[in-house]
Amino acid sequence: MATRQTQTLARSLLTPAVGLLFIWMIVPLALTIYFSTLHYSLLDPGSESFIGLENFRYFLTDPAFLASLQNTLVLVGSVLALTILLGIPLALLMDQPVIGRNFVRLMVIAPFFVMPTVSALVWKNLLMHPVSGLFAWLASLFHLTPIDWFNDLPLFAVILIVTWQWLPFATLILLTALQSLDEEQKEAAEMDGASAVSTFIYITLPHLARPITVVILIETIFLLTVFAEIYVTTGGGPGLSTTNIAFLIYSQALIQFDVGSASAGGLVAVVIANVVAFFLVRIVGRNLEA
Amino acid sequence: MGQITLQGVQKSFGPVHIIKGADLEIADGSFVVFVGPSGCGKTTLLRLIAGLEDVSGGKIVIDGKNVVDTPPAKRGLSMVFQSYALYPHMSVRGNIGFGLKMAGLARDEINRKVEAAAATLNLTPYLDRKPRELSGGQRQRVAIGRAIVREPKAFLFDEPLSNLDAALRVQMRIEVTRLQKQLGTTAIYVTHDQVEAMTMADKIVVLNGGKIEQYGSPLELYERPANLFVAGFIGSPKMNFVTGELALQRGAATIGVRPEHLKIDRDGTGGWQGTIAVAEHLGSDTFLYVDAGPLGMLTARYIGELSLHAGDHVSLVPDPARIHRFDASGNALRN
Repeated sequence: MATRQTQTLARSLLTPAVGLLFIWMIVPLALTIYFSTLHYSLLDPGSESFIGLENFRYFLTDPAFLASLQNTLVLVGSVLALTILLGIPLALLMDQPVIGRNFVRLMVIAPFFVMPTVSALVWKNLLMHPVSGLFAWLASLFHLTPIDWFNDLPLFAVILIVTWQWLPFATLILLTALQSLDEEQKEAAEMDGASAVSTFIYITLPHLARPITVVILIETIFLLTVFAEIYVTTGGGPGLSTTNIAFLIYSQALIQFDVGSASAGGLVAVVIANVVAFFLVRIVGRNLEA
Repeated sequence: MGQITLQGVQKSFGPVHIIKGADLEIADGSFVVFVGPSGCGKTTLLRLIAGLEDVSGGKIVIDGKNVVDTPPAKRGLSMVFQSYALYPHMSVRGNIGFGLKMAGLARDEINRKVEAAAATLNLTPYLDRKPRELSGGQRQRVAIGRAIVREPKAFLFDEPLSNLDAALRVQMRIEVTRLQKQLGTTAIYVTHDQVEAMTMADKIVVLNGGKIEQYGSPLELYERPANLFVAGFIGSPKMNFVTGELALQRGAATIGVRPEHLKIDRDGTGGWQGTIAVAEHLGSDTFLYVDAGPLGMLTARYIGELSLHAGDHVSLVPDPARIHRFDASGNALRN
């Protein structure tokens, strides 16, 4: 690809794909920006009118916005912390030679392949149901009062479900990283007199710094937009206690039928995602440098 | 002190016997090289001594104490690995000092010892670099620094020079030998390269198929190989072996003559007749690969330049005092 001729050829061959992708992204973005400046209610079709930044003022001053922003951050932060704190010991266990290791690995990975709606339904009706759920039955065995998860601990219940879904991902990434740890390094540490705990702290954890960064960055992208689990289980409630930004935008558009405000919310979410990404890359991104 | 004794050491992985009973006395301060073809068990034997593998039988005695149940760190040995196994996220200082840190030494004492070790190995300017910022030879020196800083009873080297290029290998070979003599610490060194073995060792252990074939000084092995395997393995180019009538005349099943002990006679009629298949002219030496008919291919070495070429007819006369005789089972026959 060195000569001028091949560069021209490469560019002209790439143009259709790049152009299509560009249109694919720019049209929805442009329309969202356009809608966000309109008074646009589905309950009142034909009354669209330009109102400037009024939708943004409305969305940002809505008390639901701050509550849902907080819920979003708590949800993302908790799930990240739980998947990594549980993922590391799980990956360490799965790295050990045990009988039926392949089967165990398959089982651990399984939740990742279950659709969010399905897993949310399973958790809601089979596990966390206060009357007929497995947890309620377990509690009754010990003569305890079953927990009404979605009324008493709604956000925690959602966090549990999302953690269950994302734990396999974290475990898998960390496991592959563990398997790439040079055996001779561990032996060298053993010769140097490091205990199992010291080897973990000084050799294994630094080796895992990069995969942990990858897990944090990738999970954050998806966790900022958690929707199905909330929609299926709590519907954002009780009150606003499980409404995150994604769910708030949904409720603006399709519960309150306010497309203009929802578009403004969508743009705010884009900004929030970028702010989060900026700080994440600042904090953990240097681990990615070779 | 670093006297190591192996008594009937055995190792098997499942049904496979890797080490079939090794007995060895390693004197304090000596440089012992384990040499043998790949798969002969030399690295396994080293790992058994290090404690990275458990013995299946026998004793390993270090300074009078049986250590087979002692964990590696408590044996007072340190090891240089083939891949160096440096800790990639630690600086050179951190790498060299890690063992001391694990032993719970005070920070300033660690620094003092690390700096002393770095000075010995010319690593002082690199102390704050990460391993990935170092060249192969420097990494090698860091690995050695990590070994010497703990002042062990013995160093264990597992093919430490095999990742270096040829010129650097020769240089590091000399450095390692000099360092070992300077420190006076026992060293066990594993290699598959018989030149490394011959040049570095006080004593060589030749291993084959999990058995010790011979244990002795380099020249002992060269001059009096105990069997066909050692005779063929030590020395470069390889010793010539002749079987059949010529061997029987000397009361042996096989006789062996080293290439340098064959006198090359251009137009002689005595000795072993043949035609040169390939002639290698190195300036300092000339190697002739001679097709000697029923005797097979013979190699002859001449010190200096000899203007003979492929297709020329030569006669090779073995030095009668330097003929090695072996019985049918391959063991050397002594006069």
